[in-house]
Amino acid sequence: MAHKVKKAAKVLSQRQIAEGIFDMWLETTIAGDVKPGQFVGVYPVNKSTLLPRPISICEVDKERSAIRLVYRVVGSGTAEFALYEPGDFIMILGPLGNGFPIEKAAGKNVVVIGGGIGVPPLLETAKRLSMETGDNKPDSVSGVMGYRNSDGFLFDEFKEYAQMHMATEDGSAGVKGNVIDAMRQDQVKCDVIFACGPMPMLRGIKAYAEEIGAKAYLSLEERMACGVGACLGCITKTKEIDHHSKVHNARICTDGPVFDADDLDM
Amino acid sequence: MNTEVTIAGVTFKNPVMTASGTFGSGMEYSDFVDLNRLGAVVTKGVANVPWPGNPVPRVTEVYGGMLNAIGLQNPGVEVFVERDLAFLADYDTKVIVNVCGKSVEDYLEVVERLSDEKVDMLEINVSCPNVKEGAIAFGQNKDALYDITSKIKAKAKQPIIMKLSPNVTSISEMAKAAEAAGADAISLINTITGMKIDIYKRQFALANKTGGMSGPAIKPVAVRMVYEASHAVNIPVIGMGGIQNAVDAIEFIMAGATAVAVGAMNFHDPYTTVKVVEGIEEYMTKYGVEEINDIRGIV
Repeated sequence: MAHKVKKAAKVLSQRQIAEGIFDMWLETTIAGDVKPGQFVGVYPVNKSTLLPRPISICEVDKERSAIRLVYRVVGSGTAEFALYEPGDFIMILGPLGNGFPIEKAAGKNVVVIGGGIGVPPLLETAKRLSMETGDNKPDSVSGVMGYRNSDGFLFDEFKEYAQMHMATEDGSAGVKGNVIDAMRQDQVKCDVIFACGPMPMLRGIKAYAEEIGAKAYLSLEERMACGVGACLGCITKTKEIDHHSKVHNARICTDGPVFDADDLDM
Repeated sequence: MNTEVTIAGVTFKNPVMTASGTFGSGMEYSDFVDLNRLGAVVTKGVANVPWPGNPVPRVTEVYGGMLNAIGLQNPGVEVFVERDLAFLADYDTKVIVNVCGKSVEDYLEVVERLSDEKVDMLEINVSCPNVKEGAIAFGQNKDALYDITSKIKAKAKQPIIMKLSPNVTSISEMAKAAEAAGADAISLINTITGMKIDIYKRQFALANKTGGMSGPAIKPVAVRMVYEASHAVNIPVIGMGGIQNAVDAIEFIMAGATAVAVGAMNFHDPYTTVKVVEGIEEYMTKYGVEEINDIRGIV
């Protein structure tokens, strides 16, 4: 596993891409080590704060030694991040977590599924899947993204890497409904799923994967403190006794955030 | 310059330790800091059998700190010995194992299991606010504290540190009870019971409703309690609560602490422990302090 560090990253660019959604590129030496589906802890400067904010890595540009974070402003910490401008420095901890098992898609019809602010980490995932060659190459790469409305942030960027489908809650674009509705309606070919999004969506995907006999790998989210596996704040229930905890709890920050859906007790 | 401190016959290369529960058994933080630089690693609490802990959310940030209600999730003493103690055996640092239980018998089982292991001291957790049975029930009543301390002291091969709760009327009374029962040292403060409500979701921020507060905001409370406790007893005091840097650590030492522990700040900066060690050394050099013990309780 790549060496984890806490260090300053330089803001290269920042822009708002949808209501409350920001897109920031950071220059950092960790870029070369990042696997799709990993995340970083980002520290607000505000001295009243203590904990890093876990934010998934949306894209990696190894040539510029840069990572891209697409995040939603949900509180005072992320509101501070949204004020950062090119040239500013921001402290990050990472790369954290395990990432999606890209190799599981070899020779299969793989679908990346994102919901809301769960969409961003799937962009780098789709990119890497599309770059696989030879025996590692997936049979097909599709994407299904669910949004509240037609803003569909990042959706167009996926088109370079995957056959794309959209679902919106209000029906203003794509299929009206959720990502499973879009999967069914558009008859998306699916053997393996890589997904990130809200818990109800992930539960639905786990059930859908079981129904169609597909494998699903789910990226989970939880309140975290340390981000490195020490504090045991961010656990998820597992079917079997976990190797580390010796109880039915796995650490989302280090054993995850990506889990084989079959291993989870959701 | 001499940074060594001695507690109950155990000599630590410097007074900087980790606060139980914030550092695992050091494995996760060994990616960031050289554990050999620390006075001691104080492990996360371990019980006789694996504990599943509380439901999530278990942690939440508050102004100047955080609340946690992990609920002492731990893999049980057998796995702890095989994995965590085996890991720590390779480092030149002292090992203090934090022991938790739901009954006196639970504590004694862990203490006895560790008696022949490479453990320098035991820290007895009678102050975790996040579990319903045991733990804090022993730490909020001086008679109960006396009782469990004396029973553990009778069985323990290693010196024992009683970790005290700040959620009491008189920390001095509790410190005296621990000393009278034979404790070799006391450590304080454990977290302060707190609560946070999410007004948008109209529910508690933590599944456990209450949690233990830690972080920089609790430091003045901790310094005051370390001062009071160290003046109430003759046994050494290990001080902790919101330490961010060497300045904070020295403040605790001047209040009367023989050693100090870094807790929640590890989550903010995983390099904090070693920065505190280095900062203390710099302070001693700059201000001509030859023995760290010379400034202990100096106020």
